[in-house]
Amino acid sequence: MVSRVYLDHAATTQLRPEAAQAWLEAGSNVGNASSLHTSGRAARRIVEQARESIAEDLGVRPSAVVFTGGGTESDNLAVKGLYWARCKELGHSPLGIVTSAIEHHAVLDPVIWLRDHEGASVHFLAVDSIGVVDVVQLEEILTHGGIALVSIMWANNEIGTIQPVREIASICEKYAVPFHTDAVQAFGQIELELPQLGATAVTLSSHKIGGPVGVGALIIDPHAKVTPILHGGGQEREIRSGTLDPASIAAFAAASRLATQNVSEHARELRELQEYLINAVQVAVPEAQLNGPPSGDGRLPNNTHFSFPGCEGDSLLMLLDAAGIDCSTGSACTAGIPEPSHVLLAMGVEEKTARASLRFSLGRDSSKEEIDILAQALPGAVERAIRAGSL
Amino acid sequence: MRIISAMSGGVDSSVATARVIDQGHEVVGVHLALSRTDSNGKSRGCCTLDDARDARRVADKLGIPFYVWDFSTQFAENVMDNFHDEYLAGRTPNPCLRCNEKIKFSAVLDRALALGFDAVATGHYAQIKSGDHGIEMHRAIDPLKDQSYVLGVLTQEQLEHSLFPLGGDTKPAIRAEAEERGLITAKKPDSHDICFIPDGDTAGYLIRKLGEQSGAIKDASTGEVLGEHLGTFTVTIGQRRGLNLTVPAEDGKPRYVVDVDRASGDVFVGSPELLDVHHIVGVDPIWAGMPLTDQPIQVMAQVRAHAEPVRARAALVNDQVYVSLDEPIRGLAPGQAVVLYDGTRVIGSATVAATDRVNPTKMDVLTAVDIV
Repeated sequence: MVSRVYLDHAATTQLRPEAAQAWLEAGSNVGNASSLHTSGRAARRIVEQARESIAEDLGVRPSAVVFTGGGTESDNLAVKGLYWARCKELGHSPLGIVTSAIEHHAVLDPVIWLRDHEGASVHFLAVDSIGVVDVVQLEEILTHGGIALVSIMWANNEIGTIQPVREIASICEKYAVPFHTDAVQAFGQIELELPQLGATAVTLSSHKIGGPVGVGALIIDPHAKVTPILHGGGQEREIRSGTLDPASIAAFAAASRLATQNVSEHARELRELQEYLINAVQVAVPEAQLNGPPSGDGRLPNNTHFSFPGCEGDSLLMLLDAAGIDCSTGSACTAGIPEPSHVLLAMGVEEKTARASLRFSLGRDSSKEEIDILAQALPGAVERAIRAGSL
Repeated sequence: MRIISAMSGGVDSSVATARVIDQGHEVVGVHLALSRTDSNGKSRGCCTLDDARDARRVADKLGIPFYVWDFSTQFAENVMDNFHDEYLAGRTPNPCLRCNEKIKFSAVLDRALALGFDAVATGHYAQIKSGDHGIEMHRAIDPLKDQSYVLGVLTQEQLEHSLFPLGGDTKPAIRAEAEERGLITAKKPDSHDICFIPDGDTAGYLIRKLGEQSGAIKDASTGEVLGEHLGTFTVTIGQRRGLNLTVPAEDGKPRYVVDVDRASGDVFVGSPELLDVHHIVGVDPIWAGMPLTDQPIQVMAQVRAHAEPVRARAALVNDQVYVSLDEPIRGLAPGQAVVLYDGTRVIGSATVAATDRVNPTKMDVLTAVDIV
């Protein structure tokens, strides 16, 4: 395949060579990390070294790191696990859940499942036109009590909005309500400083930072009570069962180490590229509207998201694909059917505009040359997609 | 040319796609998502998740880009809602024909052209040829598979941007080719039913959609009540089975639905002679080339996807198509399409509005244009 302009790093990004190396080294040994013999202990050692390494990267205790099968599992474990444990602790159910309408489906869908199957009352915090949740409303809701947990994402996967998680965490602490945040997109892009945050649980994923797909972690307060969603051998603190995967975990740790070094410098470089991209797109297509916050502290440095009025996003994606550019409509797919983004709809964007949107997300290897290729391809593609969209 | 190949996930469109690639065209595979509901994984229609997956795997094998295009909203409005409305109005629609007219060769083709493609290829069995008056559509050479009837709603302009790579072969040959090419769809069963009614129970589907609207089944000559039905839309003219008549026929002969009175909700049954139709008035004609004129000509008329075509004379007057059949056909309901052929060539089609059995007053003009 000819080399492609890959602008979908928020979906997944290149495996780092160091992670691949760690995977190969750990993966070539036989041994179940739960076995008691020498080979088992060797496997266990790899897992525990990785746990300590990631804990050190994040400034948390190793016992706070629970390895999972990825971001979706971590989110499910946090939402359902904390909900059930809280119901048990408070001795009554159903309870309430506070979240936002712009969460990733890995949070949104378990919350809705708990509502539909267990009667949980759900409070969706409103977001403003750039996707920031309303913390005043959060405090208002918490004063009434009866809330099992609050789950608000650190940064939005589609539009890159960074939420006021510190403020949210301190409000939750004040009312003694567990706070979970999905930090899948924020991890490696901005400084997390988890010890200062005081969240109960934080979701991380490996493949968004250059580790392998299929592994992630829930960083969870060792004192927090969580009901497991996977029952079995109880490998991870009785919270998560399933044979541990030393190779993937070691590779995750290698990627985490790289992703958490020089975060500010990396963010500064990406932000420069982000501004270059925003400018290039707006010069190429003056009608293009940037969704979410302007480039700066309020936005992930790797994310850009535009609406191209009059276009169908999937038509535009297809035309750019043919021109050698990979990007995303930034929305969930069933059998590849694009839905208008629930994030944009929640921000008050009209459905037609929501459908006219594309996300270009940057990674470590992204370059101005790639952005120039995009800027060159965009006007023609937009013109055709407008023709297709006007039918 | 740059071609969009519509890939349903069946064997026909798989081979059609492979063939247009072999012809040297630049091909992009597109699966149309027409409905959002999967029929419990049982792949019988043209729009289940299994079918989308099969189409994707064939595109992978053939090495072409592949996308799913969501036309479920347009399909619901133009095909499904229309299907319900037509039945409610006492007519018998053909949703496949409607889908070709409004979705595949309209919405999809229009989008393809707007995006810079030149044509849409499908796995339909029909042949495109160029003739004295431009592009023509002809029957496929396999009479068992010929689908020119359901394509009879295409205009010449649409045909100019359509490719039917399978029309010159038989179905067994296409299956063998799929096998030879190693396409995973080679052994997939054909789909026969309406894709949004995968169990084939149209009456049951309509009752669920439209609600029960029971009425009497009466003898067409005496008016005697012989049974009950759950909605005029659950029966169709010419139907014999499944009427559950409680009063046996005096002469013991089978009785057929011969008329449906949508206003009163009465369904009339009678002997098969009452079904004989000699004359047809069709509306909303669509021409695959030169239209008919008010001068009657000899044609072949076909009223169902797999019906025998019959010799007839036809003319166009005031944008209505008048067809006079050499020998009667049985059980023609308003809403069906009549497709007219000159030999193997499709002349065009019209929607049946009246026959000498239904709305016969419209027949007066037949004598006026002298085609009786």
